[in-house]
Amino acid sequence: MSELTSLTIAQARDKLKSRDITSAELTDAYLGAIEAANPSINAYVAVTAEKARSQAAESDARFDKGEGGALEGIPLGIKDLFGTEGVHTQAGSHILDSFKPRYESTVTANLWADGAVMLGKLNMDEFAMGSSNETSYYGPVTNPWRRKDDNKALVPGGSSGGSAAAVAAHLCAGATATDTGGSIRQPAAFTGTVGIKPTYGRCSRWGVVAFASSLDQAGPITRDVRDSAILLKSMASSDPKDTTSVDMPVPDYEAAIGQSVKGMRIGIPEEYRMDGMPEEIEVLWQKGIAWMKDAGAEIVPISLPHTKYALPAYYIVAPAEASSNLARYDGVRYGLREPGGDIVEMYEKTRAAGFGPEVKRRVMIGTYVLSAGYYDAYYLRAQKVRTLIKRDFEKVFDAGVDAILTPATPSAAFGIADQDMAADPVKMYLNDIFTVTVNMAGLPGIAVPAGLDDHGLPLGLQLIGKPFEEETLFRLAHIVEQAAGHFTAEKWW
Amino acid sequence: MSVDLATVKRVAHLARIAVSDEEAARMEGELNTILGFVEQLNEVDVDGVEPMTSVMPMPMKKRQDVVNDGGKADDIVANAPESDENFFLVPKVVE
Repeated sequence: MSELTSLTIAQARDKLKSRDITSAELTDAYLGAIEAANPSINAYVAVTAEKARSQAAESDARFDKGEGGALEGIPLGIKDLFGTEGVHTQAGSHILDSFKPRYESTVTANLWADGAVMLGKLNMDEFAMGSSNETSYYGPVTNPWRRKDDNKALVPGGSSGGSAAAVAAHLCAGATATDTGGSIRQPAAFTGTVGIKPTYGRCSRWGVVAFASSLDQAGPITRDVRDSAILLKSMASSDPKDTTSVDMPVPDYEAAIGQSVKGMRIGIPEEYRMDGMPEEIEVLWQKGIAWMKDAGAEIVPISLPHTKYALPAYYIVAPAEASSNLARYDGVRYGLREPGGDIVEMYEKTRAAGFGPEVKRRVMIGTYVLSAGYYDAYYLRAQKVRTLIKRDFEKVFDAGVDAILTPATPSAAFGIADQDMAADPVKMYLNDIFTVTVNMAGLPGIAVPAGLDDHGLPLGLQLIGKPFEEETLFRLAHIVEQAAGHFTAEKWW
Repeated sequence: MSVDLATVKRVAHLARIAVSDEEAARMEGELNTILGFVEQLNEVDVDGVEPMTSVMPMPMKKRQDVVNDGGKADDIVANAPESDENFFLVPKVVE
């Protein structure tokens, strides 16, 4: 049984098509693996076994008739942020207690239309606010990776920590995730998996619980680059229900894999060499540069001068948008309600009981920076800085650079309940220092595993592309993958 | 800029989040740490820079001004903590 769960999406697809295996067998293998592992990993907050088995049976019936979509019979995990009809959808929060939407998000609807099977909903930081999956109402997710020298439980990163851990522990063939400041790429880097945040507008946001609407974007987390290409192809679409969804055909991303990168110009931004960055991150970066050169790409030193202002600008823009988006959780239309003497007291008690500390912090910051007299000083200034960050990238691309290579994170996975991070919220925010610029500018970014640190933990590199040039990223990420190899956590659970 | 305890309580009320005195005191420190961190944006010269309003330059999509959805009152109240005959129930607002 365990062999079935070690198949990538591409491998499973071929074996299903050739009828070597059935979707029912594959689905049962995953459901068994989840049952055995979830008490230790806590990646799933809801397992939809019955639905999975019935979808798998439908897939097998379609194979019998010689039919089948691009993901026919492939068992996937879905981040709890995606609205799934009649199924647990709580965004890792207490305030959405017992919420079961009467609609299906566009992204997940696309997956089911292509024949995918839903195993269940994946744990995440509450409302996608966090970099360690520790802000979830459902408790932290444990990273399948541990240091080779100790057994301390490590975080899988966040906010898509459940997605990354489930993929790394082979508890699903692939997973959906979302990325507002690094929530796909940072957990992918911490778990030795591949994660791509596509260009803003490539995947519909319709039916996805909103955090910061001008930054949120869905994407896949998978075991390898090819699987990310396959999954993104199905997730992406043009959607009339999301006004920021782009009207552009979705390319066949998988076809880009294996194409030559000879003559491509890869930018190396000097500003990403941070003070106090561990030596091993710099070493990894240099390895990536060497692999690019070996593949025939040209390395170009570049400057993105406003890089250091991306994170502070993010911590104005994202909380401001979140404070507005989260105003809807008022105990009236869905989820939790705490009784109060009057309606305002009911609102205040409901939101006090329903939101965790990190969400409260961000809603408070957002409310403050948008409040009378502060809008210009904070929000307007941050949006101007954002223009400058975007302009930095545009100048570099206009000068002939095809993509940018950076580290994905400033460190490997850290421990659950890390004291330094708990004491200072900004320290946790610094996890997104290399990824957040990409969200601010709306660009596509992919994190791909590139090696292990001295303790045997995975580290990732990030490639940043021009708008809607995800194909370039898949080509380049495949070069890194071929040079670095694959990394699988040793099973202890 | 930094916030004091009274401002924290005022913002909490604006955000409709009940906070105890103890929580407000803790939040005062946390919010000031974050506000201190974002202070560095003041170094940036933003004279003549337009604020970013859309990630990708594209015209807002328009749709036909027609009814294309609706009749879903049962679905809309299905998740409400309290409802009655497709109305949301809330504590008394007007005496």
